[in-house]
Amino acid sequence: MTAGSPRGALLPRRTLLKSASLGGLMFAFHLPTLAADGPAQGREEAEEPTAAFAPNAFIRIDRSGMITLAMPQVEMGQGVYTSIAMLLAEELDADFSRVVLEHAPPNNGLYANPILGIQITGNSCSIRAFWRPLRRAGSAARAALVQAAAARWNADEAECRTSDGVVTHAPTGRRIGYGELVGAAAALPASGQFVLKDVAQFRLIGQNVRRLDSPEKVNGKAVYGIDVVLPGMKFATVAQSPVLGGRVRRLDESAALSVPGVRKVVVLNDVVAVVGDYWWAAKRGLDTLTIEWDDGPNGNASSPQMWEELRLASRKDGVVAKARGDVRKGLSTGEHFEAAYELPLLAHTPMEPVNCTVHLQADKCRVWLGTQVMEQVHHAVAELLGSRPEKVEVYNHLLGGGFGRRLEVDMALVAVRVAQQLDGMPLKVIWSREEDVRHDIFRPMYRDVVEASLSNGRIDSFKYKVCGSAVIARRLPSQYKNGIDRDAVDSAVDMPYDIPNLQVEFVRSEPTAVRTGFWRGVGANNNVFAIECFIDELARKVGMDPIVFRRGMLAKTPRLLGVLDLVAVRSGWGEPLPKRVGRGVCVQPSFGSFIATVIEAEVDEHGEVDVRRVHTVVDTGIAVHPDQVVAQMQGGLIFGLTAALYGEITVAKGRIAQSNFHDYRMMRIDQTPRIDVHLVSSAEPPGGIGETGTTASAPALRNAIFAATGIALRSLPLDRKLLAGGRTA
Amino acid sequence: MNRQRLRINGEIKNVDVPDEVPLLWVLRDVLGLNGTKFGCGIAQCGACTVHLDGRAVRSCQLRVGSIGDRAVTTIEAIGQSEVGAAVQRAWLDVEVVQCGYCQPGQIMSAAALLQSTPRPDDSDIDAAMAGNICRCGTYVRIREAIKHVAAQLKAPS
Repeated sequence: MTAGSPRGALLPRRTLLKSASLGGLMFAFHLPTLAADGPAQGREEAEEPTAAFAPNAFIRIDRSGMITLAMPQVEMGQGVYTSIAMLLAEELDADFSRVVLEHAPPNNGLYANPILGIQITGNSCSIRAFWRPLRRAGSAARAALVQAAAARWNADEAECRTSDGVVTHAPTGRRIGYGELVGAAAALPASGQFVLKDVAQFRLIGQNVRRLDSPEKVNGKAVYGIDVVLPGMKFATVAQSPVLGGRVRRLDESAALSVPGVRKVVVLNDVVAVVGDYWWAAKRGLDTLTIEWDDGPNGNASSPQMWEELRLASRKDGVVAKARGDVRKGLSTGEHFEAAYELPLLAHTPMEPVNCTVHLQADKCRVWLGTQVMEQVHHAVAELLGSRPEKVEVYNHLLGGGFGRRLEVDMALVAVRVAQQLDGMPLKVIWSREEDVRHDIFRPMYRDVVEASLSNGRIDSFKYKVCGSAVIARRLPSQYKNGIDRDAVDSAVDMPYDIPNLQVEFVRSEPTAVRTGFWRGVGANNNVFAIECFIDELARKVGMDPIVFRRGMLAKTPRLLGVLDLVAVRSGWGEPLPKRVGRGVCVQPSFGSFIATVIEAEVDEHGEVDVRRVHTVVDTGIAVHPDQVVAQMQGGLIFGLTAALYGEITVAKGRIAQSNFHDYRMMRIDQTPRIDVHLVSSAEPPGGIGETGTTASAPALRNAIFAATGIALRSLPLDRKLLAGGRTA
Repeated sequence: MNRQRLRINGEIKNVDVPDEVPLLWVLRDVLGLNGTKFGCGIAQCGACTVHLDGRAVRSCQLRVGSIGDRAVTTIEAIGQSEVGAAVQRAWLDVEVVQCGYCQPGQIMSAAALLQSTPRPDDSDIDAAMAGNICRCGTYVRIREAIKHVAAQLKAPS
């Protein structure tokens, strides 16, 4: 535990008590809206050792029996605060009504995601990564409490039972609450012993308990990064160079300074900020400025030119990420097919625009925001300031959507740079939505070239070349090896189909004029789209039903075969449909879950597409919180449909052409179809879920359109002109 | 600066800001009522929805000087009305919420709909709610929760 662990001393801790019944029990949930305290170990060191039992960085039990759980993964809507609390409470046999949550502070040593190696929330792996470690932590804490109780009673530990925060001595019926045992448990040498429950023993895992964060989110009390309030705080908004790599040439500050409420104009090399008494004053001030920019080298960049560069790059051979059999030989025999698929740049547009609050003082910099990368923000700010890490404190908050945008640290760096000009004034920097869109770090544009040969109605050889950014090289450089972005080829390397000759290649091609980053669904989005679109085209070439064609190649992946068969039944696959209506299927083994999706869509004569119905069947192993798996699927599918229907960021004269929700459209409730999500019961360890719906919906929709019209779209968003033109395939 | 006399959540609030400042920023940055959210600033997303005399309006477009005596209700006080409390309960019962950032606006739009149309059909829901974007995609459950409230409100208790 670092000495400088964040404490929200400036801000009062606010908790809320709400009750909800589940199975006759009363649950009262407390959700701290701010990280008011440090994590368990920090507390233990700071106070007398018997005030609390804090056996690890995740659990602290006080004398009243209240259990505080530090959340190593951040809550951005995916329900992880609830499901992670369930993992800990399950093995601890805690009284779930006496659980309080804390945002964990930045600390890679204590809170690193075991799969990703640093303190990061992403890649749909919170539950996968913490499934065992947090249950071990809960179980070890429980074992110490049992040991303490047995010692007090001079009884055999094996005769002690635990439930709802109480140890019971079975033969005598004696009972003692965890709170009364904290002193004795804390004094015990840590044995680290644990015994994990069998699936059949779970009392919380698998239950649809109430989300712990919901009560404050429906009454306006939830605190997101954008809601942080500091005494004496000012508000700022920024204009960054509209062209990446450009800088401010000149501006006249006077217009902004004459706006009521404006306090200051800050001009940095590539950023102009206006500071005001309230945000709108700052925004008005910024809008009045005429800033002359030096566009720099990217001033003529355009989408057509960027696509040309990518297409050129895609002609090169890639670095081989996976090879099985002899693709070269295989492709030279039998009937040969080839197609290329292209996906555009996309913005994240979380509903909470990018923001960061900073209080920079002589000896300390404190930063408040909602981020998926706590420790990276901490380090990046310290590096920018040239100060020791312990001089920087980062306080995380609820995230008003992440989707990968909050895997970046740029918002913190911009805010700190502005704060450096403000002599210790606390400052909240909120980007306008226009700034949020234009200065996003976009989902890469991809061009994938796929080749296959067929024999006897099966794929004999399959060569798949992914061409696009290597986001891993920029964001997790230690994991970028041999020129392969393992994320960009992830669901290609995990190809579910049994194909004798397979080769996956990666060509790194970074676009000019934009920065690219992770976006919900990451590399799998692109892989699943190209593979599932191409599979549908191949099925048509051999005159086979798309599901029958897939089934024939899935014998070695029984979990995928199972969900595919089930979705065929549930969706009424094969039943007659009206003209211009089609069903499309997508199967994917991405993020450790096995999912099959069928979408039914109608294409009208103008090329407009109506998504009529979605069925998805999910085998994610043990569903820690089944209802939240369903929720993630529903939301993820809509996220992917939004991209398929509308999503495209374009560049003209080096500038991003889109700016807000009128020209970067979102799906709305009146377009939302019925979505049927069916979970397959399983005792396998949990898979990932947060991004899987997003990867499923675009290929399933595209294949539905293919079925409805015969038009094989090979890019997104949907090309309405092409669809209005009639049959081409 | 002008002295603005506002009726917000049943209380009189006096603030010194120019007439043209949108209500959203008076609520958030002057009065500290942070439950109302900023999402787009151009009335495209509905995150800033509040009630003006019971009607859902986008506070990012509502000049504070134009409000006059009309009553402003925000997410912080919507639970004081029967319909508002029922909407909040339904949001919890149906477990609508994901990131939650848009939900104050969704709840304000839904409460206004149910106040004026206690038994909305799907097209009523579409019309009233299509102005509220949810990036997490909770639309399926928002529709379900609104119907849940409608069923409760019509049932005699």
